[in-house]
Amino acid sequence: MGRTFAALIGRATRGTDLRPWPRLHADVEGWLRAAGGLRDGAYGLAGYWGEPGRVNLALIDIPTETAEAPTGGLCLVSLDCPAGRFPSVGAVFPPAIRLERTICDLHGMRADGNPDPRPWLDHGCWRAREGMPGAAPAGRATDYPFLPVEGESLHRIPVGPVHAGIIEPGHFRFTCSGETVVRLEERLGYVHKGIEGLMAGASLERAAHLAGRVSGDSTVAYALAFAQAVEAATQTVVPERAVWLRALMAELERIANHLGDIGAICNDAAFSIMLAHCGVLRERVLRAAALCFGHRLMMDKVIPGGVAADLTTDGRAVIEGLLAEVRARLPELAGLYDKTTSLQDRTVGTGHLRPDLARRFGCGGVIGRASGRAVDARRLPGYPPYDQLPFDIPVAEAGDVDARVRVRFAEVVKSLSLITHALARMPAGPVLATISPSDGDQPAEGLALVEGFRGDILLWVRLRPDRTVDRCHARDPSWFQWPLLEAVIEGNIVADFPLCNKSFNCSYSGHDL
Amino acid sequence: MRIIRHLRTLLDAPLTEAAPPAADAALAELAGQVDAAARQRLGRSLSIREVDAGSCNGCELEIHALNNAFYDIERFGIRFVASPRHADVLLVTGPVTRNMREALERTYVATPSPKWVVAVGDCAVDGGLFAGSYAVEGGVAAVIPVDLHIRGCPPTPTQLLAGLLALLGSSR
Ligand code: SF4
Repeated sequence: MGRTFAALIGRATRGTDLRPWPRLHADVEGWLRAAGGLRDGAYGLAGYWGEPGRVNLALIDIPTETAEAPTGGLCLVSLDCPAGRFPSVGAVFPPAIRLERTICDLHGMRADGNPDPRPWLDHGCWRAREGMPGAAPAGRATDYPFLPVEGESLHRIPVGPVHAGIIEPGHFRFTCSGETVVRLEERLGYVHKGIEGLMAGASLERAAHLAGRVSGDSTVAYALAFAQAVEAATQTVVPERAVWLRALMAELERIANHLGDIGAICNDAAFSIMLAHCGVLRERVLRAAALCFGHRLMMDKVIPGGVAADLTTDGRAVIEGLLAEVRARLPELAGLYDKTTSLQDRTVGTGHLRPDLARRFGCGGVIGRASGRAVDARRLPGYPPYDQLPFDIPVAEAGDVDARVRVRFAEVVKSLSLITHALARMPAGPVLATISPSDGDQPAEGLALVEGFRGDILLWVRLRPDRTVDRCHARDPSWFQWPLLEAVIEGNIVADFPLCNKSFNCSYSGHDL
Repeated sequence: MRIIRHLRTLLDAPLTEAAPPAADAALAELAGQVDAAARQRLGRSLSIREVDAGSCNGCELEIHALNNAFYDIERFGIRFVASPRHADVLLVTGPVTRNMREALERTYVATPSPKWVVAVGDCAVDGGLFAGSYAVEGGVAAVIPVDLHIRGCPPTPTQLLAGLLALLGSSR
């Protein structure tokens, strides 16, 4: 563990108001010290969110420039700011800027010193702000001041929010010199649904449903993160069989999404046969999921306390059949990708993400791993049952679209073998425990980090003594990936943007909340 | 040669499945709404522009699936187009966030008549799980006129197909 991180958690308390990670109630000086550690690369940023009268900073002991033998451990630093102002972290650590703008949008608080005071999720269309009813909304979306770009013969291409394909909405402002992109500026927030506001006061059941719809493609991972956070807060022990079933579902979700992404990336290079083949395999995964668990995307199947559907003997046979089919077809598809030089002509060297940028932004998932970061929440910090399973983390160094395709192929192979292990080791028994009731009149908080197909999802929840949700915050991996898309497109031609974008496949819904 | 090997599925039985019957509920909702003259003009094809108006992206995954070999929606003359100017149908998902309201209205205006709006998913019907939030309008019909609702969270590709076939049938 890094020394600075150790010093930080040395001052924190453990197991009182937050579980399972330590929590530091900081004063302004402690807050600034925590920000300084981020600036110096002593640890990484795992999340940053507000609630009425308070800001929270989740720090993670992960591979950075200076951390030794990182554990993946988390520490939550909280600062009370009853006057609605707090010192900016973004001022010294730019990856925090968008998160800070969001805190200001949602809670009307001010980050003193934030270099970018423009609104982010707030487009000036809400009639009230969550947690701040009646607060004046920001300016109109059309007035949004994009960053100025100056230079000879530059032109701008505005794209979105409604895009040409069946994809989520967002706005991209390209500045180009001829065909080459010199700058991309993103404008997001179009699908902000106010999930944190809806969570406040929700029953556990309703909150779990909401968590499962923060980003529908990662519904299992989000439901798992929510369940883990609730179980940590309430010290509920999940039955062993449910732990394995959760891993089974999570890996099915990962396989389905990676197959979809591989097909979609190749399709954007006009290699549609890959999309056709991957589409068939993906459909087989979803059909197997529907047969086994009653829902193609397995929505609402992971719930606090366990899982909502057990795997029958027939279901087991369905999964085994699916594994056999994907195992049989995948090498052909990987070979097809490998040997099609016209396709690699588009993917190799395109959209290069520098490893130091990936590290600085704490970029996880396929994108981070394709740029040399050996991070995966299943390993760092790790959670059951992955701590009992043998698997290594596929990593590539090249950092281009090609590397992101190859890491996806490699991860599908790993997930197939994880499912085989899960089927072999899953004990018989119950699959659902009741959430332990509160033994006092104090709220209970839980924090979880779960690896979805896109990367690490952080979820924090505070429960009231009656076990309804007081506040809940979910941080999508895309928060630390979207800004890097702006960086990787620089110097590429406009026509390669779809490839870069698909190879990232960030979530709009998960980001916009 | 490699490509040929991957095309060998041409020799296998097709994966594409028989069409589901047009959804009864959809037929009932459409009855009398689609006027005969418009039906004539549409002929046997539908061009669809998909608009995500605040979905969780679950609905998009299943709409995508309509293009895979099992459902192969293009065999019915239904295809997805890139511009609302080329569209007969807007397929709208999500509870319509306030931040997407204007974009949805503009997309509707940009679509030439005759046009139909299909609201896809429980969110698009009445806001679904997100109803009541300060940030959503609470369903597509709160913003533009809707001709057909396809429920589900998300609706399966089969449900989507059944709904769209009802629209195609009633517009024939
Ligand atoms: S209906 Fe369900 S799947 Fe579709 S957008 Fe709404 S929450 Fe997501």
